Amino acid sequence: MQTIDLTEIGLRETNKTLHAQSADTNQTAWEIVNPRGSHAIACGLDAPIEVTVKGSTGYYCAGMNQQATVNIHGSAGPGTGENIMSGKIVIEGDASQYLGATGHGGLIVVKGNASSRCGISMKGVNIVVQGSVGHMSAFMGQSGNLVVCGDAGDALGDSCYEARFFVRGTVKSLGADCEKKEMRPEHIDILKGLLDEAGIDADPSEFTRYGSARNLYNFDVDNAGAY
Amino acid sequence: MNKHDAKGIPHTTPRQSATFTQDINSDIRRAAATGIYDIRGGGAKRKVPSFDDLLFMGASISRYPLEGYREKCETSVTIGGLHAENPIELDIPITIAGMSFGALSGPAKEALGRGASAAGTSTTTGDGGMTPEERGHSDKLVYQYLPSRYGMNPNDLRKADAIEIVVGQGAKPGGGGMLLGQKISDRVAEMRNLPKGIDQRSACRHPDWTGPDDLEIKILELREITGWKVPIYVKVAGARPYYDTTLAIKAGADAVVLDGMQGGTAATQDVFIEHVGQPTLAIVRPAVQALQDLGMHRKVQLILSGGIRSGADVAKAMALGADAVAIGTAALIALGDNDPKWEAEYNKLGTTAGAYDDWHEGQDPAGITTQDPELMARFDPIEGGRRLRNYLKVMTLEAQTIARACGKNHLHNLEPEDLVALTMEAAAMAKVPLAGTDWYPGKPNTSY
Repeated sequence: MQTIDLTEIGLRETNKTLHAQSADTNQTAWEIVNPRGSHAIACGLDAPIEVTVKGSTGYYCAGMNQQATVNIHGSAGPGTGENIMSGKIVIEGDASQYLGATGHGGLIVVKGNASSRCGISMKGVNIVVQGSVGHMSAFMGQSGNLVVCGDAGDALGDSCYEARFFVRGTVKSLGADCEKKEMRPEHIDILKGLLDEAGIDADPSEFTRYGSARNLYNFDVDNAGAY
Repeated sequence: MNKHDAKGIPHTTPRQSATFTQDINSDIRRAAATGIYDIRGGGAKRKVPSFDDLLFMGASISRYPLEGYREKCETSVTIGGLHAENPIELDIPITIAGMSFGALSGPAKEALGRGASAAGTSTTTGDGGMTPEERGHSDKLVYQYLPSRYGMNPNDLRKADAIEIVVGQGAKPGGGGMLLGQKISDRVAEMRNLPKGIDQRSACRHPDWTGPDDLEIKILELREITGWKVPIYVKVAGARPYYDTTLAIKAGADAVVLDGMQGGTAATQDVFIEHVGQPTLAIVRPAVQALQDLGMHRKVQLILSGGIRSGADVAKAMALGADAVAIGTAALIALGDNDPKWEAEYNKLGTTAGAYDDWHEGQDPAGITTQDPELMARFDPIEGGRRLRNYLKVMTLEAQTIARACGKNHLHNLEPEDLVALTMEAAAMAKVPLAGTDWYPGKPNTSY
């Protein structure tokens, strides 16, 4: 295990060290101490390494992640894991707004709650939240899955495209063009796989699926009131 | 027509309303028939105060000119030297503005890259990501980072020579993008992670930041991901140029791209294009003032766009304090957009060469703003690239001609004192005197 004291060497040196790890590096386990809520920690990683941040992080931790696993032993600031391509991010605490925004792939797990706009514009990422998510979650979600073991706030899945949402608790309200969907066996399988991968013990049959009603895919003046 | 009625009383001449013009009436009839606003491409078509309202004075007894063809007039510009390890070095201060693959065909994007590279300048991606043909044919490619983040991925980000965070564009300050279903081919759909054939409305705000404090952190993240190597531009519409420029600089931008209302878009509401935003002439001085107030003029570069058409426009933009300009619509016309040789086909589409602006419908006879394979095949990217290079060269020569006549050995040495205005509006906006007077409208107690 390699340990980096972020406060001592600074953000630039921290990220430079992590970016220098190649696909076949022997140093695959990294620990960052004293993050003190810094922004952009471990963003832009592109190697199969595991980075554990001991403490809470600011904006954009693990942004645009590829291949790497990033564990945050604390809470995570806005835009954590934005545009994640692959790999995994595990947040032990809560996540602030825009979690996994525009993410294309990979998995984000939140052990606590996630704030508003969780999974906004998601483009293939899978997000599993053990707690609840705030309002406007998965706004304009294009593809991927958002799993919420608790409740969802207002306007879930507003203007969504082909992303899927699985919520175990209540949904305060659905956004424009988002509707409740039938939970077919293939959806149970997808959900079970995601819960297993996230290490969360929950019964897939207790969840409800939501997704696009596809009424707003092509403009129709009779739907103008929905905008 | 009878000049008198049955009783011999003369008719008044039929009179068209200045308020309800034929154009306006056709808008009303169209709205009544369809129930939806008019969507089109391009920039503001209305007449606004512009660079045409400015003139250079040239040399005289008090200023002497440089010899054409003998004495050098430099045109190079470096963009992004403030924070980036590898600033962009351009031979000419005329860049190609961001236009998306999706709005434009792949070959059209290739031609932009070819032409720009041959002329020693940069081209820019758009709302749809980076295509291999564009990267391959562009020596210097600026990667736009947009609210939709369609096609956005860190591998392409690291391939870029600069990153342009798009906050707004002149045609629609505060508006998002629009790509209607008919242009969503398999390839476009795949690049944007969306089903084929649906309307794509790009967001107008970034999904993971709002406001200047967040922007500063976003710039930090992009720099960390790209190792502080490439410049980061911030593109804003001509909305509040003094404050937007100030905030972009404070957030850490290496360059500010400022786009006036004549700047084009692939598609948006006509009402948006014509009624939101400010003319390019009106926005340049406030932006330069912001740079000067922060001591950043010539350190953070100002790239001005929106209706730049000629070397005269380039020279005027630079005299008012811009470091470079960007062209979009003009580049498309150089490639062959709206060429009269397709007049018969424009007529079939209910329009005429020069007025064709339904770029979103994907039926472009010139094969540029389309994803239709048959129409695309009409466009030759090598010939298109050559035409764009020629046009860029001509604009540069024209700007040099003017600069030499003003006694300047670099385009950057042009200054507001070289200019006069033909109208009071232009004088007030450009902060130069009305021609033949020592009057600076809107600037009290100033004279030569």
